Amino acid sequence: MSTTKKVIIEPVTRVEGHGKVSILLDENNKVSQARFHIVEFRGFERFIQGRPYWEVPVLVQRLCGICPVSHHLAAAKAMDKIVGVDKLTPTAEKMRRLMHYGQMFQSHVLHFFHLCSPDLLFGFDADPMIRNIIGVAKKYPELAVQGVMMRKYGQEIIKATAGKKIHGTGAIPGGINKNLSIAERDVFLKDLNQMVEWSRGALKIAKNYTVENLEKIKPFGSFDSNHLSLIRQDGAMDLYHGNLRAITATGEKIFDQVDYSKYLDYIVEGVKSWSYMKFPFIKSIGPEKGWYRVGPLARINTCDFIDTPEAEAARKEFMAVTNGKPNNITMAYHWARMIELLHSIEKIKELLNDKDLQGTDLVVKGHRREEGVGLIEAPRGTLFHHYKVNENDQVVMANLIVSTTHNNEPMNSAVRKVAQDHISGVPKITEGLLNHIEVAIRAYDPCLSCATHAMGQMPLKVTLYDYQGGVIDMKIKE
Amino acid sequence: MTAEIKVLLIGYGNPARGDDGLGPAVAEIIEQKKIPGVTVDSDYQLTVEDSAQVAENDVVIFVDASVDCAEPFSFEPLMAKESSGFSSHSVEPAEVAALAESLFNSPAKCFMLGIRGYIFEQFKEDMTEKAKNNLQKAVVFLENLLETKNFVASA
Repeated sequence: MSTTKKVIIEPVTRVEGHGKVSILLDENNKVSQARFHIVEFRGFERFIQGRPYWEVPVLVQRLCGICPVSHHLAAAKAMDKIVGVDKLTPTAEKMRRLMHYGQMFQSHVLHFFHLCSPDLLFGFDADPMIRNIIGVAKKYPELAVQGVMMRKYGQEIIKATAGKKIHGTGAIPGGINKNLSIAERDVFLKDLNQMVEWSRGALKIAKNYTVENLEKIKPFGSFDSNHLSLIRQDGAMDLYHGNLRAITATGEKIFDQVDYSKYLDYIVEGVKSWSYMKFPFIKSIGPEKGWYRVGPLARINTCDFIDTPEAEAARKEFMAVTNGKPNNITMAYHWARMIELLHSIEKIKELLNDKDLQGTDLVVKGHRREEGVGLIEAPRGTLFHHYKVNENDQVVMANLIVSTTHNNEPMNSAVRKVAQDHISGVPKITEGLLNHIEVAIRAYDPCLSCATHAMGQMPLKVTLYDYQGGVIDMKIKE
Repeated sequence: MTAEIKVLLIGYGNPARGDDGLGPAVAEIIEQKKIPGVTVDSDYQLTVEDSAQVAENDVVIFVDASVDCAEPFSFEPLMAKESSGFSSHSVEPAEVAALAESLFNSPAKCFMLGIRGYIFEQFKEDMTEKAKNNLQKAVVFLENLLETKNFVASA
C-alpha cells in the first residue's frame, strides 16, 4: 500500500470567502490528486423565494460585497422580462451601462492592484511579508495610490448611478429610477483623463509582464479549453448585453448568437460528489470536454473586435501573441483584464458625454410574464439570473450561475497543472510553492460569495493529512 | 480632544448574514442621529479605498460583529498592522489603517468596536436576540463617546 499525505491550504488567501486547496501526495511526494474546493454559500435561492419580484434587484446585492452591482443588474434584466419589457429607454439603458462599467472598472482595479500586482511585482516565491498590498504601497507608492483613487472613482460612479454605495436601487424592473445630473457628470469628467492615463499604465504593466515572462508563464496552470461569453450582434465585445457565443480552444464556434433565455438548452450544471459547487458544461459536448472558461480571457478570445479604439488596439496586440488564435494561457487573464479596464474607462468617457444620461424618460411598462432570465458579463465572467414569479408577484424559483461556478473546472485544472509541474517530487512544500497554486487560482479572480468577515475569522490553515485522513501536520497563518 | 475633530464611523458586514449585520446596523442608527463632526459610512466589507477616507479624519471607529469578543462588546485602540494575512478582496481594519498611514500620511487615531454576534453562516436578515441586546448597549456607549469625544479614556 502506498503512503500518501494531503496538503490543505484553507482558506485560499486573497480570494473571496472560503475555499481550500487539497493536494494529495504519494510516498514519493508526487502529486496524485489536486482539487480546489469551494465552500460555497447555499440557501440564497430559498432566501429570496416568496419575496416580491421588485425587491429582488436590491436583495441579490447581499450575495457579494465585491460585485453587488453585477447581481443588481442581472436581476434587473431578468425582472425587465417579468414586467414584459424587452427594450429600455435610451436613458435607462445608458445609466445601467454606466453603472456596469463603473463596477467593472473598480473591480478590475481591486484585483490588479490589491491581489495580483504583489505576485507580478515581487514574484511568486517572494517573502509573503512583502508580497502583499502593503509591500506594493512601500515599494511602489505611486502605483498603490493610483489603485486606491481608481477604486474610489469607480465606486463614486456606482453611487451616482445606483443611488447608494451599497443596496443601490438604481435599476428597477423596466428601467432606472434616476438620471445623471450635469453636476454629477462634471465631477466625473474632471478626473476622467487621469483615469484613462492610469488605466493605460496598468495595461502596460500587465502586458509587459506577460510578454517578458512568456516562456515561464505559458505553461503555468495552462491548458486548452472552450470559452464562453456574451457577444453583440455584430461580434463586438459587449459587457452589458448580447447573445451567447462559445468557441473551442482553437477558435471554432460551438454555438453563436444564442438567445440567453434559452441557456438551459445549451448549458448543463453538472455535480461532483466532493464539491458543493456545480460544474457547468456545454450540453452538446458533454461533461468530460464540454467545460469552458468565462471572464476577461474568454471575452477577449470570443469577441471579433472591441468597439473602443485603445482597447481594440490592445486586443490586437494580445491576439498577436497566439497568432490570432484563442489564448489559453491562464496567466494571460491579467493582461486581458487590463484591456477590459481600459475598455471600461473608454466606455465611461463615451457615456459621460452622452446627453441621453440627462433624459427623463426612465421606465417602460409592459404586460406581466411569469419567467425571466437576465445575463450580464460581470467582472469575473458571465452571470446568469433566472426567476419564476407567481400570480401574487412572489418569486417561486431562482437559479443563479455565478461566474466563479463557470470557472470551477478551469480553476481545478489550473490547480492540478501547477501542482504537477511545481510540487511533484519536491521533498518540502514551501510557502512559495503553495503560493504558486494560489497564483493560478487568483488569475481567475474568484469570488467565493460574500462569506462573513466578522472579527476573528479567516485564518490561513495548512493541514497535512495521511491517506486515511489523519492529520500529520497543521500550520495556521493569521 | 476638542469638538472640532473629525470623526469617521465605518460599520461593515452583511445584513443578510444574521448577526454579521451588526456593523451596518450601528452605522444606520448613528447616521440618523446626525451628530456634528461625525461622518458615517457602511459597507459589506472594508477595501483598500477606505484608506483614503480614513486619512481625511482625526478619529476613525471601525464597527464590526465579533465572533469571540467579551459580551456585549469590546472597544480598543487599533494599531496599524502591516499584515500579510490578506484572505480576500476585503482588508482588515488594521491594514486599512496601515495603508492610510503609508499612502496618505494619515493622522487618524483608529479604534475597533467589536460587537458580539452568534449566528453568521445562514442567509437570514434578522439578528439573534442576544446580538440585538449587545447592539443596544453598543449604541448607548457610542452616543456617549461621540458626545464626550473621550476616546482614549473609553478604550
